[in-house]
Amino acid sequence: MTDIAGRIDAANQEALRRIFAGDPVLVDVVPAAEAIPALWERMILHAGPPVDWSRMCGPMRGAVAGIAVFEGWAPDLEAAAQMAGEGAFDFQPNHHFDAVGPMTGMTTISQPVMVVENRAFGNRAFCTINEGLGKVMRFGGNDAEVLDRLRWLRDGFGPAMGKALRSGGGIPLKPLVARGLTMGDEMHQRNVGCTGLMLRALSPAMAASAGDLKELSRALAFIGGNDQFFLNIAMAMGKAIMDPVRGIEASTVVTAMSRNGTDFGIRVSGTGDTWFTAPVEMPEGLYFPGFTEADANPDMGDSTIVETVGLGGFAMGAAPAVAGFVGAGTASEAANFTRAMAEITLAENPEWTIPALDYRGVPSGIDIRLVVETGLAPTINTGIAHREPGIGQVGAGVVRAPLACFRQALKAFAGQMGVA
Amino acid sequence: MAAQDTASETRKGYSVPSNDRSPVNDLLDMPLRVVNIGLESFADDLTAEGAEVVHVDWAPPAGGDPELAALLAKLGA
Repeated sequence: MTDIAGRIDAANQEALRRIFAGDPVLVDVVPAAEAIPALWERMILHAGPPVDWSRMCGPMRGAVAGIAVFEGWAPDLEAAAQMAGEGAFDFQPNHHFDAVGPMTGMTTISQPVMVVENRAFGNRAFCTINEGLGKVMRFGGNDAEVLDRLRWLRDGFGPAMGKALRSGGGIPLKPLVARGLTMGDEMHQRNVGCTGLMLRALSPAMAASAGDLKELSRALAFIGGNDQFFLNIAMAMGKAIMDPVRGIEASTVVTAMSRNGTDFGIRVSGTGDTWFTAPVEMPEGLYFPGFTEADANPDMGDSTIVETVGLGGFAMGAAPAVAGFVGAGTASEAANFTRAMAEITLAENPEWTIPALDYRGVPSGIDIRLVVETGLAPTINTGIAHREPGIGQVGAGVVRAPLACFRQALKAFAGQMGVA
Repeated sequence: MAAQDTASETRKGYSVPSNDRSPVNDLLDMPLRVVNIGLESFADDLTAEGAEVVHVDWAPPAGGDPELAALLAKLGA
């Protein structure tokens, strides 16, 4: 082994050690401004690598207009869009502020965010509360129904969930995800098991601290009625696990994959916080009745942090039901997705295992060298938004990360290592 | 090999069977069991003809890009 290869190997072993040592615990729900002190009026955090208004896709623009009305920065959607075009809002990526957000990924000062603390390293990561399926802000929805739900999450549900979490000292997520994998979840497009486990963990404390039984009933029904409730928790968990892996000199491990609906971006441990970007791909999947591929927006969201830690498309073998939902074929084909991702990762997670694959661990530690060498792009399970603002989710599918991101990253990494 | 034993040289240097009944013809008369490497469409065509095919999903490193392949070699991939 050459000196360079040896340095990379040692750095990557350290990256894997940090991934597997992570101890993420869901500890609280607080207003975003409290979690992220750098947030200020008219600042909007979005999914993906940096993007300005002129390059934002339709659903991202719809969400921006909606959140501006929600925060009281604009009187209506039309005025909000005009203000955005005139530069009234400061757009920044969630990833730059210890946060992640699904699809459009709107995070602003008054929204409640769930707090996941990585107790092995002391860092925290944040994500808003999942709104449910269909016409919701993360898919670009922005009408009165969407904004009313956000107000309830801010004023009712969020504080109640935060109070329950604080009273119980938090909910450890690694064992919960391990059980979810045995219940058919992959934590991106299927969160039925983990949502049920979270409801079971949260409801006694929520009941104990409830002042209004009708409100308690509404809150519990909201969790129980949303199969994807756990997704946002899994995302904050992924961010909390991967952030301590950033900045390991000579490591080729991917620390973030993210999309803003226009660009796909990745970050690599050894190249720090630089984004390597390429145009996003179009998901291939299944559409809700009345919608087709012609309605679809390209790939979007910070939710690919789930794949970055070895879940989602990487754990497809654990979730045969989702393979059908996202149009990825049969149960045996689902297993093939996981086996393929093992070709581009450095190890298997010893604690997150898949029964149907003889308890092999989920593929972990994406190595840019292996992606470029094999030409196997990471597989991502994703929801599909309508390409126009204001409509919402129209389907779900599978999409690949663009290889161009990994090729760019490899060249930059090689330059940094003095290899030409 | 039997094929070499029965081959003669043409003016262009290609080996050709010296009789009508080459081992290749014998092979094609038997049920085929094929390992296909690379282009999957070759395997699909054979499968459509009823042949038993194992496809190996292979591509040159870095998709055949010499610059990236050289970098990968230096980076220990």
